[in-house]
Amino acid sequence: MTAISAIDVNKHYGDFAALDNVSIEIPDGSLTALLGPSGSGKSTLLRVISGLEVPDTGRVLIAGEDVTALTPQKRGIGFVFQHYAAFKHMTVRDNVAFGLKIRKRPKAEISARVDELLEIVGLAGFQRRYPSQLSGGQRQRMALARALAVEPKVLLLDEPFGALDAKVREDLRTWLRRLHDEVHVTTVLVTHDQEEAMDVADRIAVLNAGRIEQIGSPRELYEEPANDFVMSFLGPVATLGGKLVRPHDLVVSLRQIEDAVPVTVERVVHLGFEVRISLRDADGEELSAQTTRGEAARLDLSEGQQVFVRPGHPAFDADVAAPAA
Amino acid sequence: MRVSRLPQLTLRTIALTYLTVLLLIPVGLILYRTFEHGIGAFWDSATTPASLHAIQVTLTIVAIVVPLNVIFGVFTALALVRGRFRGRGIVQAIVDLPFAVSPVIVGASLVLLWGVHGWFGGLAEHGIKIIFSLPGMVLATIFVTLPFVVREVEPVLHEIGNEQEQAASTLGASAWQTFWRITLPSIRWGLAYGVVLTVARALGEFGAVSIVSTGVSGDSETLTLLVANRFDASFNPFGSYAAATVLMGLALVALLLMTLFERKGRRA
Ligand SMILES: Nc1ncnc2c1ncn2[C@@H]1O[C@H](COP(=O)(O)OP(=O)(O)OP(=O)(O)O)[C@@H](O)[C@H]1O
Ligand SMILES: [Mg+2]
Repeated sequence: MTAISAIDVNKHYGDFAALDNVSIEIPDGSLTALLGPSGSGKSTLLRVISGLEVPDTGRVLIAGEDVTALTPQKRGIGFVFQHYAAFKHMTVRDNVAFGLKIRKRPKAEISARVDELLEIVGLAGFQRRYPSQLSGGQRQRMALARALAVEPKVLLLDEPFGALDAKVREDLRTWLRRLHDEVHVTTVLVTHDQEEAMDVADRIAVLNAGRIEQIGSPRELYEEPANDFVMSFLGPVATLGGKLVRPHDLVVSLRQIEDAVPVTVERVVHLGFEVRISLRDADGEELSAQTTRGEAARLDLSEGQQVFVRPGHPAFDADVAAPAA
Repeated sequence: MRVSRLPQLTLRTIALTYLTVLLLIPVGLILYRTFEHGIGAFWDSATTPASLHAIQVTLTIVAIVVPLNVIFGVFTALALVRGRFRGRGIVQAIVDLPFAVSPVIVGASLVLLWGVHGWFGGLAEHGIKIIFSLPGMVLATIFVTLPFVVREVEPVLHEIGNEQEQAASTLGASAWQTFWRITLPSIRWGLAYGVVLTVARALGEFGAVSIVSTGVSGDSETLTLLVANRFDASFNPFGSYAAATVLMGLALVALLLMTLFERKGRRA
């Protein structure tokens, strides 16, 4: 079943097309990431789905119901903002209870539900604190609890971890993944960080300049990118003979082999298990190849050395990688 | 860096002298004159029919002007900060007009508009008296106090942004609920300060109000006008000091009430 559909959505700011005929379907219970560079329209799409932004044309359906004409108030969504949007004058408890109080639920029910949610997000002892007394990560977890309290049909997160430092980000996204496995609410996560998208999402939609380039599972996108943009956005790439290749899909050989291009070794960097070899081709273009420590030891490259590279996989090309006899 | 002892002492002395000469001595002198013949004399002078009437007129004006300015000020500030409409620049300029126009001119313009020979002078023939009566004084006070709430609330609205309001709407709050539960509590500092300034100015306004008042004690006279009247027209300086003390007392009470209200709001 489809939890959210956006159909032919257009949104212009003046002459600028922030969303250019975007259509997307989000399956029920999925955790979908909207991934793209800054300014590609990710937030705009999420805000159109939430009703915080009104599209010029197009329709939005949530749980099969056309909500295009509804305000955010009536859409049954949960929204989490990059900068938390915590209600600063309310305690953690009142923040989380807000949606339930608006819905005039009985006091006892509100109290029980808030306790339960704070337990889930790991803020059980923080009921009486004010947002200013919480760390960024705690504030964002409070914001998630607040959004979940009203049992939204869909949960929309706009770069929820964007304002946090790297370590906290990583912890929180693992935590979000687990939370999603427990709560099962359809979730859309906006991010410009491909690692974050690959890590938590089961589906990724890649946006670029107001258009969706490709939608699929992280693995599909990585292994069968629809175009160069998706390929380069989802991981490191090297250009070889005008084509994009992943650095770990480059075979480095000491002797001339079929389809191989002559290159000069610029630098060999040991990154623990992996070794990155910076190369420069005859036209002066830089590219880097990535290989294993064992492979690098066998090649025993030195700076300035002339070698040959071609697309392929070292494991299947052991013979060509072997040093010339 | 430590400021050495002598310059530090000098700085303190200068600051204290400055405050003493400019603020403490004048106020202290009034208090001294007020009470030099004892509390009884002060009480008698502060409770004459003219004085009681002036207190009543002043409080009435404050009671009408403050709520109007709060409502108008908050909504104007909201429109200026959140709205994207044509003519925002013009509204901005109009809000500042009372700062630019001398209060006496405000009074005169009100007479031109509402006076017997003014545009709306016809009202007087129907027994509705604006000028030389309470409505005129209320209008004059509104005019001169209009910018305070707007200008105090506006920067606070800018600072809090609208994400909290958007969050409230995604949680199911209507525009009205969002205003009461999110916007208003967030701007209460600015609002409280705007109200304090409004009250202080409404209590103390002289120029604009004196023109639209009859200037007859016990008729349409505020406490501030009474202070001036007793001082020069009625040759009653002692009465003037007593009225001034009452006026300062009222301002102090307003300030205290506002602080208490603020404290309570913060704890809730
Ligand atoms: N209110 C607005 N007025 C004018 N232009 C806007 C407005 N909001 C967004 N845009 C433009 O629309 C484009 C898409 O914006 P959007 O916020 O969706 O980008 P994004 O993909 O979320 O980027 P980021 O990762 O930086 O948040 C941007 O070029 C932005 O400048
Ligand atoms: Mg964004």
